[in-house]
Amino acid sequence: MSAEPLGSALAAGERPAPPSALSATLAFAWRGMLKIKHVPEQLLDVTITPVLFVLMFTYMFGGAIAGSTREYLQFLLPGILVMSVLFTTVYSGVSLNTDVTKGVVDRFRSLPIARPAPLVGAVLGDSVRYLVGATVILVLGVAMGYRPEAGAPGVVAAVALVLVFAFGLSWLFTTLGMLLRSPNAVMNAGFMSIFPLTFLSNVFVRPETLPGWLEAFVGVNPISHLVTAVRGLMGGTPDAGEIGIVLAAAAGLAAVFAPLTTWLYRRKT
Amino acid sequence: MRDSPLAIEAQGLVKSFGDVRAVDGVDLAVAGGSVYGVLGPNGAGKTTTIRMLATLIRPDSGSARVLGHDVVEEADAVRRLVSLTGQLASVDEDLTGRENLVLLGRLLGYSRAQAKARAGDLLEAFGLADAAGRLVKTYSGGMRRRLDIAASIVVTPELMFLDEPTTGLDPRSRNQVWRIIRALVAQGTTVLLTTQYLDEADQLADRIAVIDHGQVIAEGTSAQLKASVGSAALHVRLHDPARRGEAEGLLAQALNAPVYPDSDPATICVRTSDTGRAVGAFAELSRAGIEVADFSLGQPSLDEVFLALTGRTAEERAEEEGEEVAA
Repeated sequence: MSAEPLGSALAAGERPAPPSALSATLAFAWRGMLKIKHVPEQLLDVTITPVLFVLMFTYMFGGAIAGSTREYLQFLLPGILVMSVLFTTVYSGVSLNTDVTKGVVDRFRSLPIARPAPLVGAVLGDSVRYLVGATVILVLGVAMGYRPEAGAPGVVAAVALVLVFAFGLSWLFTTLGMLLRSPNAVMNAGFMSIFPLTFLSNVFVRPETLPGWLEAFVGVNPISHLVTAVRGLMGGTPDAGEIGIVLAAAAGLAAVFAPLTTWLYRRKT
Repeated sequence: MRDSPLAIEAQGLVKSFGDVRAVDGVDLAVAGGSVYGVLGPNGAGKTTTIRMLATLIRPDSGSARVLGHDVVEEADAVRRLVSLTGQLASVDEDLTGRENLVLLGRLLGYSRAQAKARAGDLLEAFGLADAAGRLVKTYSGGMRRRLDIAASIVVTPELMFLDEPTTGLDPRSRNQVWRIIRALVAQGTTVLLTTQYLDEADQLADRIAVIDHGQVIAEGTSAQLKASVGSAALHVRLHDPARRGEAEGLLAQALNAPVYPDSDPATICVRTSDTGRAVGAFAELSRAGIEVADFSLGQPSLDEVFLALTGRTAEERAEEEGEEVAA
């Protein structure tokens, strides 16, 4: 550290104009992707559970539930795809909380950038994570014998719909990320809510086999609608009504929790 | 651009967290181009004050203008001109040093190429070029702090807030940080730094505010603060503590000044700043065959200032805080 470059580095340059909201958001998305590159084990944590579920449910319960493992896999895989991505959304809250507890947020908050940029950018960057989660399950499913009737276009459409819903849902977890004290607390609270919600849906069984009160709950659970819509898209029988409900639920979640997260982020002391 | 020559003007800043008044009516006036030190023990309200000035938290009452802009009403204008290096290293541990700086360059409005070039220059200047591609979590405390400061000057700010920039650093890293701060000031940046090290405020700051329990209890230049405690002192440590009584008599006579015993049984303290007489006094000691192990003549330390102002040493104050937290 010699005096010469220190002086010239300090003297350097004109102050550039502050970035647009879009380029600030993209810079934060880039940051999110770098983190996936540098800390890939985070990804492993959340993909391993759905992978185990595919294997366990297909080979242990498949025969009992649907008569054959092959037939059950056709039913189960779209649901597990949803589950895998939704589990990953909890991580959006965990990583936001990590930022807040580590102090890097102070730096971001003292920059002259569009207020929601750090949050929107982070969630956008997380979409890459969601995509990886989806890909792992699809590759595993196809290897085990799953065949989507609608082919590649149906799969792409289904994954896109799951990502849109995940984008909405992740705002719920970023809100939790701002409210709770530690990344672990966010992780626990996140899974305590997402785990039962995913189970109490039509991911694993047909709701008609459930007791009436439970069937009623499963019927209104937005995750059930997402799973039905994804099954439709991948199975070649897209259901516009279900897709509409999913999009509305995603928009509703984002409309409530994105401003709430942004507000909490700005108020954080 | 500014309608006031003062870089920071704060009046009656108050911030409470629950029942605790962390900052209880702080006034500050910081001249542009200077280094201003906010000195106080842990829990005195330094960080809360700096966070209000850097627009990170809103004051409960009182007002502050930074570079002529109100920190609440014109927070964005303030953010465009200042940068903050927080007490927690505000860099991203899961990114490399280079990625951290490129990210900030992008967020400050540089193009991708400009941001990369700027990151390269800064890494070079801060002695981090070799570690540029390593994740920050593998950095030492000193490297992390340098990266943190580099991140704060990707665009040279007009005013820089440094919250305890050298806490926890080894002496070599601390000297490096001091050099960086001096270089920044030489470029015309105003620096407000908080510290719990009296020595650091003494070394760097043009003016110092001493803060305790959320209030400014003294303000002035380092020399003024010391003068408020009393005159300078000559400290003499003897080889043989047994001869202290004899030496005290000789020194009192030669310097014509009162002599105080020190907590160290071999040390004598004389209130004087008369260097000419001091030389004569040493000759007297030598003639009497009393060997001097060590001596110093100078202003009272800021430690003594703090003791005089609060009735406690900084360490005692910190311990007290620790007990409160533990309780």
